[in-house]
Amino acid sequence: MLEHLWFPHDISTFGPQIDWLFELIFWIVMIVWIATMITMVVFMVRYRTRPGRKAEYIEGSSRLEIIWTTATAVILVILAFLSRSTWADIKEHGPPGQVFYAVSAKQFNWEITYPGPDGKFGTKDDVTIENEMHVPVNKVVRIDLTSKDVIHSFFVPNMRLKQDAVPGRIIKVWFQATETGQYEIPCAELCGFGHSGMKGNLTVQSQEDFDKWLADQYAQAGK
Amino acid sequence: MSSTAAVAAHGAHAEHHELGFLRTYVFSEDHKMIARQFLFLALFMMSIGGLMAMLMRWELAFPETPVPGFHWMPEPYMYDGAIPPNTYNGMFTMHATIMIFFVVMPILVGCFGNFLIPLMIGARDMAFPKLNMLSFWVGAVAGVIMLSSFFVTGGPAAAGWTSYAPLSAVPIYTGVDWGQDLWCISIIVLGASSLMGSINYITTIVNMRTKGMYFFRLPLVIWSLFITAILLLLALPVLTTALALLLFDRMGGTHFFLPAGGGEPLLWQHLFWFFGHPEVYIMILPAMGIASDIIATFSRKPIFGYRSMAYAMATIAFLSWIVWGHHMFQSGMDPALGSSFMITTMVIGVPSAIKTFNWLGTLYKGNIHYTTAMLNALAFVAMFVIGGLSGVWMACTPVDMYIHDTYFIVAHIHYVLFGGSLFGVFAGVTYWYPKMFGRMMNETLGKIHFWITFVAFNCTFFPMHILGMGGHMRRIYNPMQYDFLKPLQGINIFISISAFVLGAAQFIFLANIIYSYFKGAKAPENPWHANTLEWTAPSPPGHGNWPGALPTVYRGPYEYSSPEVAEDYLPQSQLLEHSTAAAD
Repeated sequence: MLEHLWFPHDISTFGPQIDWLFELIFWIVMIVWIATMITMVVFMVRYRTRPGRKAEYIEGSSRLEIIWTTATAVILVILAFLSRSTWADIKEHGPPGQVFYAVSAKQFNWEITYPGPDGKFGTKDDVTIENEMHVPVNKVVRIDLTSKDVIHSFFVPNMRLKQDAVPGRIIKVWFQATETGQYEIPCAELCGFGHSGMKGNLTVQSQEDFDKWLADQYAQAGK
Repeated sequence: MSSTAAVAAHGAHAEHHELGFLRTYVFSEDHKMIARQFLFLALFMMSIGGLMAMLMRWELAFPETPVPGFHWMPEPYMYDGAIPPNTYNGMFTMHATIMIFFVVMPILVGCFGNFLIPLMIGARDMAFPKLNMLSFWVGAVAGVIMLSSFFVTGGPAAAGWTSYAPLSAVPIYTGVDWGQDLWCISIIVLGASSLMGSINYITTIVNMRTKGMYFFRLPLVIWSLFITAILLLLALPVLTTALALLLFDRMGGTHFFLPAGGGEPLLWQHLFWFFGHPEVYIMILPAMGIASDIIATFSRKPIFGYRSMAYAMATIAFLSWIVWGHHMFQSGMDPALGSSFMITTMVIGVPSAIKTFNWLGTLYKGNIHYTTAMLNALAFVAMFVIGGLSGVWMACTPVDMYIHDTYFIVAHIHYVLFGGSLFGVFAGVTYWYPKMFGRMMNETLGKIHFWITFVAFNCTFFPMHILGMGGHMRRIYNPMQYDFLKPLQGINIFISISAFVLGAAQFIFLANIIYSYFKGAKAPENPWHANTLEWTAPSPPGHGNWPGALPTVYRGPYEYSSPEVAEDYLPQSQLLEHSTAAAD
């Protein structure tokens, strides 16, 4: 349904869970909204003023108050508990990583660091490329996200993924892409006059294409 | 109550001599004049904040094309009429700052708080009239400081109204120098103004209620202002502290929010939103109170569940202190904390739902009169429902991950702040205008304004939900820079055209205020046949509010269509033969 509701095509493993929650809330909200509005309009029409009419003196109803308080509370708290596990999967733990990156935001670029042939960060053979992030499809990608100046936000609309990049902190982010293709990584947090237009390109490739591309980059960098 | 007697004596004394022009219209200590001053300050600021919005909508619909009629704007504000990114950032920063701090708060709290509290509780004036005057003038100084920031080198603040550090803390990050400093100073000064106001409101409501005006006989609008004042008193010092730290970082070389010196950027967000979420309710609670009074009056029925309405507001006020983290789900704050804040945020939806159901209950079997004030109050309810329901998506942390910082949020805040607060303002101004200015507001102009505003408002802000679902980030100045947003540009153009209509329609409201001031029909004492005490004072009330003794209260504020009397209203101060002297 959401594809028809203007959502970008989802390519992440956790995207369907988020979209499912969005849809669930959509239907709850729609039912409540339509019921409320119909009630309101019916009352507005039926109880409009007419000559000789007098309103009925009703001060309230404790029973109704208790019913609608409890009903609202139950629905909302259930919703919170339903969301809890999805949130924990995405932001608290998640599967062990298979490919690793260090991403650092800097006005107004994403600096993507690849670990180099030795597979370790912080060594001399690390390669940093601005705004070009290539990942293999169906692999768990783990990112150490930080910022060098102000707060930015790493946003991949096609993955429903968003995480602020905060200077002085390294925040762990993970995702797993399910489809190859070209996607955008806009910055979603106001970061200065170049905020609009700050974006990286995300290329999801097959493992072979990815390996080839990465080897090319390492070769170009002389590593 | 000795304080009431003392003020009564003061009121009687004040009537003896005429005050000069300055003391009557400029440095007035009369709560009603101060209320009008807040109203005019806010309407003036609204036109500036509105202009910012119009320019932003032009930019979003027709990115980087010159704004018609703005070729004269000097560089670097505009380039031959085209808006550069930093000017755009300044515009949305100032739009929000002005609308929140200099429009919605001055009208709802400054204007209605001042005007209604003494009149509705049966007092001659505020507890501290001089403090009241000072509160307005300090607020006006804050406004001048804020506006002056448009004219300094580097332009006005451009880090968003939330001014997230480190962006706001280091001048080179935004290119804004004095603008951000003035922004901080202005809001610190305004905070002092609001503190004076809130102390005054609390003291007045606690100490100066007339004989028989128990707490549970207060009109809901007074309840809402009372709770708002408590929130202001407790929330503003936090903001002031945060702003002072930010100023130290900018000017004093400290590193409270700068990680380079061991500071913590998230500290700013915690402090800001600890103030910021109560602030949201500061801006909606008085509008809820206004809507409650107007809906009861024009349904000719008691408000449904009076006590539950008061308790719901108190609950909202309490919960508003423990939900601030929902602004920070994606900030890097511990995700486990996010889960706790999700639950409190879901729970705060409950009292809002209670209020909505009670408003509907008030309409049930009523005798509804569709005046302009009533139409605006009903629009408040309908729009608040949308704004409240869209909040459920944001409260859900995984969904928020996607819609955070998108136009979905922009849609939500405007449904609450424009659809809610501003429709409440339109309703309140129309309803109390006769008491404030002694003339009725023109109903035809009022209804034209209402319908255009209602339709244009929904055409402007409803499609923003769609933009948000498409992933459209907020605070970007050119959506065409992103491939995934290009298909949504048609919606942006539609929104902008609707926004221009919405902006233009507000001139009808301003024109009605001015026209009715001179040409409106003379207002009787109680034009709406309402129950509350302000309608027993002359329209407009003189100094001291009631020419004779203060009214005594015998019953609650919503005795409409009571079986005890033939008319469909029963004023709070009307003594019935068989009613016991409930005043003791």
